[in-house]
Amino acid sequence: MPKFNFASFADFLAMGNYALYVWLSFGLTFVVLFGLWFISNRQQQQFHQQLRVRIAREARVRQHQSQQPSQVQEP
Amino acid sequence: MFKWLDPYAKPQRLYAVCGAWQRVLMPMAWLTLLIGVVWGLGFTPADYQQGDSYRIIHIHVPAAIWSMGAYSSMAIAAFIALVWQIKVAQWAIGAIAPIGACFTLIALFTGSFWGKPMWGTWWEWDARLTSELILLFLYVGVIALQNAFADRETGDKAASLLAMVGVVNLPIIHFSVEWWNTLHQGASITKFAKPSIDPSMLWPLLICMLAFALLLAALTCLRLRTAILQHEQHRSWVRDLAEEPTDAKV
Repeated sequence: MPKFNFASFADFLAMGNYALYVWLSFGLTFVVLFGLWFISNRQQQQFHQQLRVRIAREARVRQHQSQQPSQVQEP
Repeated sequence: MFKWLDPYAKPQRLYAVCGAWQRVLMPMAWLTLLIGVVWGLGFTPADYQQGDSYRIIHIHVPAAIWSMGAYSSMAIAAFIALVWQIKVAQWAIGAIAPIGACFTLIALFTGSFWGKPMWGTWWEWDARLTSELILLFLYVGVIALQNAFADRETGDKAASLLAMVGVVNLPIIHFSVEWWNTLHQGASITKFAKPSIDPSMLWPLLICMLAFALLLAALTCLRLRTAILQHEQHRSWVRDLAEEPTDAKV
């Protein structure tokens, strides 16, 4: 079992004086990865949303047309 | 083989398969990444020369390797799309390209944050760094080309061609550290030789590599599902999905 390499949590955060480089690397990596995941998920949800809106709209149009048949068929 | 593969070329079937895979792969990928990163950050000894700055390796190397892995899978999809005219292969290109671009971006900036304390510079126009930057431009080019035409099919074809031509860059990236004098070090892990890295440091690195591979697969499934839906939106099976909104979140 590997054991914790640092004497204290403050040591862990300091990263042997490389804190800026190490935490910036890991932080930005997670921002990019989570961002990609979030955007990909949202694209799919947006598609489903737009599809539902479109289907509802088409149903409304159909209903409207069936209510006024005389106007549509006027020569 | 084609008999076995054929059903997967059917969009509706592939949509279901990707959904099943994604449900398994996505949590596995994030969990593996968490384990690898925590292990790599806190539970490995510091490097005798580089101190704690070497811990960047746990994301730098996996991102760099899978930025090339993503490109090869994208190029294979492009080949299949051009030769056998399989449309889902064409959609896969657009699904993979942004993931590969993100991986390349991660490899570049983590390399930069590692290079500053170790080499004394953020950026050097050296063979490895430049060829990896070209990989990023190739990804961006593929994405841009796919969306650049009013006719979607023309864009898909052009993007496939660029993806295939860009494959020449992969061996250049891989061998750049051997062919040219560069600041970048050679490989620490190769298939044939004993790794030049201590086992206590090797395991978390391998776990992180697995995590990035799983993430690539899971995100590809997720994005390919969206692409299938968008291209098939006028088919009845997609419209039927709207009736069961629970599926939207999966």
